[in-house]
Amino acid sequence: MQTAVPALAGSPAATSTPVRVSAAAPAYDDGAVRLFTLAAVLWGVVGMAVGVLIAAQLTWPELNFGVPWLSYGRLRPLHTNAVIFAFGGCALMASSLYVVQRTSQVRLFLPKLAAFVFWGWQAVIVAAAITLPLGYTQGKEYAELEWPIDILITIVWVAYAVVFFGTIGIRKVRHIYVANWFFGAFILTVALLHLVNSAAIPVGPWKSYSAYAGVQDAMIQWWYGHNAVGFFLTAGFLGMMYYFIPKQAERPVYSYRLSIVHFWALIFTYMWAGPHHLHYTALPDWVQSVGMVFSLVLLAPSWGGMINGIMTLSGAWHKLRDDPILKFLIVALSFYGMATFEGPLMSIKTVNALSHYTDWTIGHVHAGALGWVGLISMGTLYYLVPRMVGRKAMYSVPAIELHFWIATIGIVLYIAAMWMAGVMQGLMWRDVHPDGTLVYSFVESVKATFPFYLIRFVGGLLYLAGMLLMAWNVVMTMRIGNAPVKQAPASPLVASSAAAA
Amino acid sequence: MSTTRPATGHERIETNNFLMIVLILLVVAVGGIVEIVPLFFQRSTTQPVPGLKPLDAMQLAGRDVYVREGCYNCHSQMIRTLRAETLRYGHYSMAGEFVYDHPFQWGSKRTGPDLHRVGGKYSNEWHRLHLLNPRDLVPESNMPAYPWLLTTKVDDATIGAHMRGLRTVGVPYSDDEIAKAADGVRGKSELDALIAYLQVLGTAVK
Repeated sequence: MQTAVPALAGSPAATSTPVRVSAAAPAYDDGAVRLFTLAAVLWGVVGMAVGVLIAAQLTWPELNFGVPWLSYGRLRPLHTNAVIFAFGGCALMASSLYVVQRTSQVRLFLPKLAAFVFWGWQAVIVAAAITLPLGYTQGKEYAELEWPIDILITIVWVAYAVVFFGTIGIRKVRHIYVANWFFGAFILTVALLHLVNSAAIPVGPWKSYSAYAGVQDAMIQWWYGHNAVGFFLTAGFLGMMYYFIPKQAERPVYSYRLSIVHFWALIFTYMWAGPHHLHYTALPDWVQSVGMVFSLVLLAPSWGGMINGIMTLSGAWHKLRDDPILKFLIVALSFYGMATFEGPLMSIKTVNALSHYTDWTIGHVHAGALGWVGLISMGTLYYLVPRMVGRKAMYSVPAIELHFWIATIGIVLYIAAMWMAGVMQGLMWRDVHPDGTLVYSFVESVKATFPFYLIRFVGGLLYLAGMLLMAWNVVMTMRIGNAPVKQAPASPLVASSAAAA
Repeated sequence: MSTTRPATGHERIETNNFLMIVLILLVVAVGGIVEIVPLFFQRSTTQPVPGLKPLDAMQLAGRDVYVREGCYNCHSQMIRTLRAETLRYGHYSMAGEFVYDHPFQWGSKRTGPDLHRVGGKYSNEWHRLHLLNPRDLVPESNMPAYPWLLTTKVDDATIGAHMRGLRTVGVPYSDDEIAKAADGVRGKSELDALIAYLQVLGTAVK
């Protein structure tokens, strides 16, 4: 390996894709990777199913059934925690532990600890699935889990960091590959956010109060909340992008220089953007303004990442035509670009005055969550599953293609409905008669939202259907292997799977 | 490992695991330090507004229900400094009104209306009927019904510990208030506790 910079264009000697497995390469410890891969599919189905249920509850409130553990206020945190930390978390842990071995050319550091990370993380997920419907919550968005689970998360996370950075520590190549910068920043920053935001005083086995009050609690929460998006849902998944897109496209990463600049700019800038969740609130104005400025700046490093990912396809655009996995990965980046344009737009105070508290925010989040995080995870999982279960390819490649289209149509329905609903709500809430009195009562805006909630429910249902199709495809791949259908001989799926470990 | 030549520029970082970790931590720490730390020292964010009292035992039990049921998922408690908001909900919310709120419940989404100044706006009986089945009073509402609050009693065994915990993090409860807490909630339904909380919301400022 005389390559100074793996997989990056601009360094002609670099390998054209992330470090290839050479003949002398070690066998890898993929036990935890395999488990995390399969768990991600399972929790994806569960988390999205709960999402569809609560979308239905907002449309037809009778579906709360008057049962405590089925009511919206308890299930919505279950949905967010399941899709972010169970589905997203398992996908991130699977891909990071897979990538760090290949790009470091070594087996995992302490593979038994990696197994502990898997089972510990599953324990966190199961504990969340039990306690949230029971109403045990810290009452802070995306940080609802009560203090005993918070302690377990901390232990598991430290173990995860030891395995990940330990593997980098014993690497056989000189350079730390770019995907690992992003995975590393994700692991370190999420640890910092979790420790600071979850500080609380326990007052019972399943009850605690935040250590902070009022304005400080709000600012710390949104510093956490926004960077749960920035690091859990962005930096980690950019790590995926930097490995799996070059691999699947068999092209080098577009620009080495751009990856350096956008990495440091992204992780620095994200951490300032939290206050845009608190515009026009009791948070002091100076913090709001600082938050807005950095949110606007954030467009640059975000699009730097998107451009670096999409342009990696230079010279290989034709592969998009017949490779559904590449479609998932690249369209994910398009949604990433959209969501990271919309975010800075919504952080402008005058826009936020309209958009805040409305369903526009929900649409924005889901453009990122369904479009970016969901699609890039699915593409990655389709890449990993056959390799993890000892098959050459997924059981059905046409089913991957179908999944892609169902999911994409579902996303478009979802976000278009929420845009319209959100702008409508914002306009109705602020509409005043010439004499200065309000035109609409609040409930009139609720009534007017009904058709959009219906469309959103259908969009979510489609997205869930795609995930179920994926689960079926994964089960069939494990049971049977490749379907004996006639495939184009040059199928890139088969071709690239030859590089599998 | 390949032939080692001296690393230059960014190579120095990307060839050094330890340096990478340290630099990432330094870079991500800056934003939070600048935006969060001063809030603990600004008078406007740390001083209670005149007349603000900590929640009594019954109101606190109601707030625990409010948090448990996840009301913040659909209701904000933060009236923004915008004309249409103050017209609809009353005086905009001020930092000094929240200094005893652990955790804050400002919310991020209004599927239902803001509740920061809902205190005194409706009668106790209205809230009772509305919480048991919102559609009896507001036919277009999509809010869940909360029938179990009527039959569940407030846990008088834990309320004192809850107040002691809050005192540890800065809410000025007296020993006397804590000692009498259990008596204040004994036999009361969670529905009554929640209504007691809703009726005190935002009433420190007229």
